[in-house]
Amino acid sequence: MDFRRSMESKYRELLTSYLKGGSEQALYQSQKFSRNALERNIPPEEMVSLHKNLMIELFPDDFTAEMQESFDILLEVMVGYGFAYREHQNLKHIQQELRTEMEIAANVQQTLLGTEVPCVDGMDIGAISVPAKHMNGDYFHFVKDENNSVSIAIADVIGKGLPAALCMSMIKYAMDSLPENRKSPTVVLENLNRVVEQNVDLTMFITMLYGTYNTASHCFSYASAGHEPGLYYDATQDEFSELPAKGLLLGIDKKTKYREYEKEVMPGDMIILMSDGVTESRTEEGFIERETLLSLIKKYLHLSAQGVVQNVYKELEKLQDFQLRDDFTLIILRRKV
Amino acid sequence: MNININVNNNETLTEVTVNGEIDVYTAPKLKEELIPLSEKENVDMIVDLSGVSYMDSTGLGVFVGLFKNVRAHEGSFKIIGLSSRLQRLFEITGLADIIDISGKMEGEIR
Repeated sequence: MDFRRSMESKYRELLTSYLKGGSEQALYQSQKFSRNALERNIPPEEMVSLHKNLMIELFPDDFTAEMQESFDILLEVMVGYGFAYREHQNLKHIQQELRTEMEIAANVQQTLLGTEVPCVDGMDIGAISVPAKHMNGDYFHFVKDENNSVSIAIADVIGKGLPAALCMSMIKYAMDSLPENRKSPTVVLENLNRVVEQNVDLTMFITMLYGTYNTASHCFSYASAGHEPGLYYDATQDEFSELPAKGLLLGIDKKTKYREYEKEVMPGDMIILMSDGVTESRTEEGFIERETLLSLIKKYLHLSAQGVVQNVYKELEKLQDFQLRDDFTLIILRRKV
Repeated sequence: MNININVNNNETLTEVTVNGEIDVYTAPKLKEELIPLSEKENVDMIVDLSGVSYMDSTGLGVFVGLFKNVRAHEGSFKIIGLSSRLQRLFEITGLADIIDISGKMEGEIR
């Protein structure tokens, strides 16, 4: 290696010039030298040994045997530092690999769980889902059937990151494998509950709200497994109300039964579904109040449903200083006037 | 973000007091300390959360795990001292119907 060969003469130069005049310049050059040495993986013990040999050469009479031997101690000590440094380099390398793999996994997840916001006559639908970390533990899925009904699932896997994301994929496939004609909200939740109960670790569980919007009758029927309650916006009264729903989390008890609720949707009214990342948004001062969320939705009501969810997200993100603590999902279904 | 877990193990009763915030960073510590306690036969566990200012769903996961374990070992489990925000969390998730969060110090669950 070029550097190794020239290293000795460079170091000799630095040392002699400093010992002669003690100039600041030599100290600055030493820092530069050590950066080069680090880049070329020169271990610290090798530097100590180089220093010792140069001292013997430069001061054959004054550099006593004791002084020489003292460097052997220093050298031994530096060996440990050398190991630590090499380990650090290895870990940095592994970390880089893991990061790349996580990015790939996040892409795969996106492809696996991908869903399109459907275009349905008489309806305006908007959805946004943003992960706090690489992998999203929130999940939503739209299905449009041939009768023009739209089914929607919104879920949150408790437990974050990779395990949660893997679990989400499992749920999606369990849901896809349910027969077409057995997709009433309660049936879907009861089926998924059995799947989750058998497969998932003790402290991991899933909240889900599953609903079907009938575009002929404009009736939204839904059931909830411990999910953050949805909201209903009444356009004529300009008022929000909570969509009542009760039901146990998925994966706790395999015999759990779910109840189905119905809500008739009037022209201009909206169904608003979300994950707890929306209601549990936190700022320096504390939680973001429900009123803040509602006033944000109102502020952008004149926009399309997609415009509303995107702008509400942007504002809440800003309030949280652009640091999401939890995955964030917000969905709006609006019946066109 | 800090958490303080205090365990008082009597012969008949395991009393746990938690102070601080339970979130994705502190929940693993809580899990590590409490899950082994819940694996004893016939354990009677009371968890006092009156010193908990914040809990997210990860924390909820720990209590679900504890509850399931205790139930599997024929013990009893209850949580006391929930703030209104935490109470809401237990109600939304349906856990309030299966875990005793009534707030009283005496009495048995299931």
